[in-house]
This record gives sequence, C-alpha cells and structure tokens, in this order.
Amino acid sequence: MSEPKNNIAPRAAVGAVSKGRKTTMERRSFFSWLAVGWIGFAGVTGGFFTIILRYLFPNVLFEPPQSFKIGFPDKFAPNSVDISYKKDFNAWIVRDDESIFALSTVCTHLGCTPNWLATDNKFKCPCHGSGFRMTGIHFEGPAPRPLERFKIGVADDGQILVDKTKSYKWEKGEWENKDSFLKV
Amino acid sequence: MSDKNDKSLLEKMEESQVWKSIIRSGIPRTRRQRMHAILGSVFLHLHPARLPKHAVKVGYTWCMGGLSFFLFVNLTITGILLMFYYRPTVEYAFTDIIDLSEQVPLGIMRELHRWAAHSMVLIVWLHMVRVFMTGSYKPPREFNWGIGVILMVLTMLLSFTGYLLPWDQLAIWAVTVGSNMARATPFLGNEGPGAALLAIGDINLVHVGSDVRFALLGGRFVGEATLLRFYVLHCIAIPFVAMIFMAVHFWRIRKDGGISGPL
Repeated sequence: MSEPKNNIAPRAAVGAVSKGRKTTMERRSFFSWLAVGWIGFAGVTGGFFTIILRYLFPNVLFEPPQSFKIGFPDKFAPNSVDISYKKDFNAWIVRDDESIFALSTVCTHLGCTPNWLATDNKFKCPCHGSGFRMTGIHFEGPAPRPLERFKIGVADDGQILVDKTKSYKWEKGEWENKDSFLKV
Repeated sequence: MSDKNDKSLLEKMEESQVWKSIIRSGIPRTRRQRMHAILGSVFLHLHPARLPKHAVKVGYTWCMGGLSFFLFVNLTITGILLMFYYRPTVEYAFTDIIDLSEQVPLGIMRELHRWAAHSMVLIVWLHMVRVFMTGSYKPPREFNWGIGVILMVLTMLLSFTGYLLPWDQLAIWAVTVGSNMARATPFLGNEGPGAALLAIGDINLVHVGSDVRFALLGGRFVGEATLLRFYVLHCIAIPFVAMIFMAVHFWRIRKDGGISGPL
C-alpha cells in the first residue's frame, strides 16, 4: 500500500528540475510553430498527391511498339498491298509505281477495320461499305475522307521504318510531305 | 419463484445478456421507446423516427430513390460473387464470362448483375425526372440535388467501366469510341482546345502519351492496362466514392425536412 506513494515522489522531483523557464517554449511561439507544422503538412500532402497524379501515367507500356521495321524496299512488289502487318500493327504497306507508303487500317467513317479485296483492287469496310482505292482515297460508302498514312522512312540498316506516332491526312495536303511516302 | 416461470419466452429473451448487448433496450412499447429503437441502430438511424402521413404515398415518389439503392446493394452482392470467378486479363476475361454463364452453378449471376445495372441506370434517371417534375430540387434541397447529380454521373461511370469487362468486340470498341471523347478535353486532351498552347518551344506537353485519355486507359489504346484499370475503378474506386456520396445524400434528405411530399 505504501509502494504507490513512493512512486509519486520522484515524479514531483522531475517537475522541480525543469523549472528553468528560459529553456521552455513561449506560448506565442507555439502558434508560429503550429503554422510551420501545418504548412509542412500541407506541402507533404500536396507533394504526395502530385506524385499520385504522376503515378497514373505509366513509364513502360505493354503495347505493340509504335514504330517498327518492315524489311528492305525490294521486299515489296510494285502495285501490291502487304496485309501482313495489319493484325499486329494496324497498317497496310502499299507499293504503287513510284513509292511505298503505310496506310492506317482505321476506316475514316466510324473506325472499323476494312479488308483488302485484291480481286476488286480496293479496301472495303464491312461495317457500312466504305471503299478506298489502293492509294487510300475514298470513292464509295459513307467514309468522309481518305485513309491516313503513317510516317515512313529508312532506318540506319537500310530497312524501312514505319512510325505510327505521326500520321498524314490527305485533306490537309500532308501527303505531299516527304515523310509520308518512300520514293522507290 | 413461480413468477419466473410465468414470464413468456419473449420476456426471457429480452432479459438475456445477448439481447441486451445487441439491442440495448427492451422491446419498444411506448412512442418514445420506438423512437429510441430507430435512433439507436446504425442501420435504422438514417430513417426518420416518425413518418409524415404523405411519406407512404408511393405515387408521389415512385420509390425511385429507394429502388436505386436497392439495385446498388444488389449489384454489390452479385458483383462480389462474380469477382470470385472473373480474372481481368486479356487472356482470361472473355472466357471467364463464358465460364460464368455456362459452367459455374447458378449461371444467371452475371445476368442478374447485368440487368440490375441496366435497371439502375434507368431508375436513377427516372428518380431525377421525378425530383425535377415535383420541384423537389428547390431550396432547401438544392444541395442534395447537386449531390444527386454527382451520384448520377458516378452511376454512368460504373456503367461505362463495367461495359468493358466482358472483353468482347462490343466492349472493346464501345470503350474505344467512348474514351476517344477524352481526346477532346480542353487543355487535358491531345486534340482538345487549348492543348496546343501547353508547349515549351517545339515540345508539346499534352500529346497522345501524356493526356487525360492516356491516364484513363493506362496506355495509348484500349488494352491489358485498360482492362485492369477499369476493373479496379468498377469494383473498388467508384463504388467507394459513390457510397460516401450516398451517405451524404440520405442524411441530407432528413436534414432538409424529410422526404418531399405534395405541397
């Protein structure tokens, strides 16, 4: 029973030791420290939310690459459409009399994927019947403008490089751009 | 001693520790006790302790708000059950949907979820129509109208994100078309007005790999990342936000004077 009383005594002694007022915080300065604390807290929180925003934008994408090599120019016969890049890259490689170009497989009507009909010598969209010439120019159905062409060039090793991040629209006169076709 | 035997089973139950710990008070017999029974329960306290007479006139509200909530609860339960079988990956998503309807016992679980979802979109709209037609958005209920509009948008977003999960052609192309609209977001979409202004010299800050659509899809196309992202949004993120807004919505009904009735 007397034990607890003995325990109280040292506590009182501790209070007596810290009597020196100069070392303790002033009441008013507590509030300025509080302000610093809140500003710091707001800063850290704001920074954290900024990082969260950045977190939503992935650095590595598990998608098919946007630019890809398709081999050397002589691989493509004159006046032919190569459909082998359609499935993986959504592009047709077309060679006419004087150039090679890469057409987008997205129909300019509502975004379906047309098919190359070699016997009819045209691209035909199964959704609403839009038709495109081998050049990509629309000539039937509801499509309002030609297919788009992708950037095409020659890589360091001599292979053709198609870059889908840049596309060229006929109606803007962009097919004149020398990156939109490859002279052969 | 004989007094103890005279007590009914109900009275004995009422005195048991189990009853007292859960219900806390006796069986409510007076008006005051009935009111306490409502206020003392977490599930009932959102309800008014007393109803005005017009509140039971179903023809005025058509129960649209209650039905919306009922469907939300339905969708939560069936949705959790679907999550036991569904895997949100390109490899499995579509076949798991087939599995759910053809091999898993009670193959209508997905249909229950689907029809409840269609109904909820319809009912939420009708709820909004009713509130508008009866003028129930007027003060003091204008704040709750605002909360309701947010809840309706969340319902649409739940519907949109859930649409992708079957991972069939309809889903992929619907979400492709739908998310293409995000391209045209002012300043934040790469084809939106003002986006070209956000550039340092020749470097565009808002392009196809950095705009709001990219953040929504987790990539440049609707793909593996989009499926996972929409799955998490559909199952966790949007329901979580919706539940917070629903709590406020229900609470404000009472604080704004209870269920609206004929003037």
